[in-house]
Amino acid sequence: MEQTLNREAAYEKRGNCLVIYITDDLDHHMVTGLREISDRLIRSEQIKHIIFDFTDVGFMDSSGIGMIMGRYKKVMFSGGRAAVTNVGEIVNRIFVLSGLYQIIEKYSTVEEAVEAMQKKRSGGEKK
Amino acid sequence: MKLIIDSVSENEAFARTVVAAYITKLDPTLEELADVKTAVSEAVTNCIIHGYAGRHGEIEVVCKIKGKLIEVSVTDHGVGIEDVEKAMQPLYTTKPEWERSGMGFAFMEAFMDELTVHSKPGEGTQVVMKKEIGKEQES
Repeated sequence: MEQTLNREAAYEKRGNCLVIYITDDLDHHMVTGLREISDRLIRSEQIKHIIFDFTDVGFMDSSGIGMIMGRYKKVMFSGGRAAVTNVGEIVNRIFVLSGLYQIIEKYSTVEEAVEAMQKKRSGGEKK
Repeated sequence: MKLIIDSVSENEAFARTVVAAYITKLDPTLEELADVKTAVSEAVTNCIIHGYAGRHGEIEVVCKIKGKLIEVSVTDHGVGIEDVEKAMQPLYTTKPEWERSGMGFAFMEAFMDELTVHSKPGEGTQVVMKKEIGKEQES
């Protein structure tokens, strides 16, 4: 898979993981394109796990929560998992408040997340 | 400050940025700024997705500052809400197929000090949110 880049995000396949590097504020407007491209890649690239990287995200609202949950539902039935990485303080508050960490794992870096996805689920670094 | 915007999703970022810029004179913390931006974003998104349901309409965002208190109202003239109490329940959404999380009102309540919702079916919805800025620095 070639690395795909558009305004909202860059997409990269690492093993059986799709890494989505979100590059803009994550609101209702931004999730539309992100949803379409990631779902297409999940199907065409036989993706098992999804990792959302938040290095460049300074803002997120509840639309982002819906988008992450939606992608997780696409992979969960085939045993897939979802993780978030490089989450800053502002975005972390939204995740905590929404209860997202009950089902999505959090790791410091993409590398850690990719590695963890290959192992048996141990609960990750849940906060 | 009064802002009238079209009900298109590009304007969500614009609306929250303008409100954030307006309240910077109160010297809010980064956290307070993020709180207000999230609340405004939720309110404007609701107008676009639910109030106008993709149709064209105008959204009015008014922000007032009284001392350290900010009051933001977001108004649409869309379909209105039949049962406001039900709409405000966390995780309740009428649009699960659009992957709406049902957390919009819960976020507005969590990030602001006070939230009031006025709505009349067929006429529209107004949310009024209040927050005191600078509480954390004092305590």
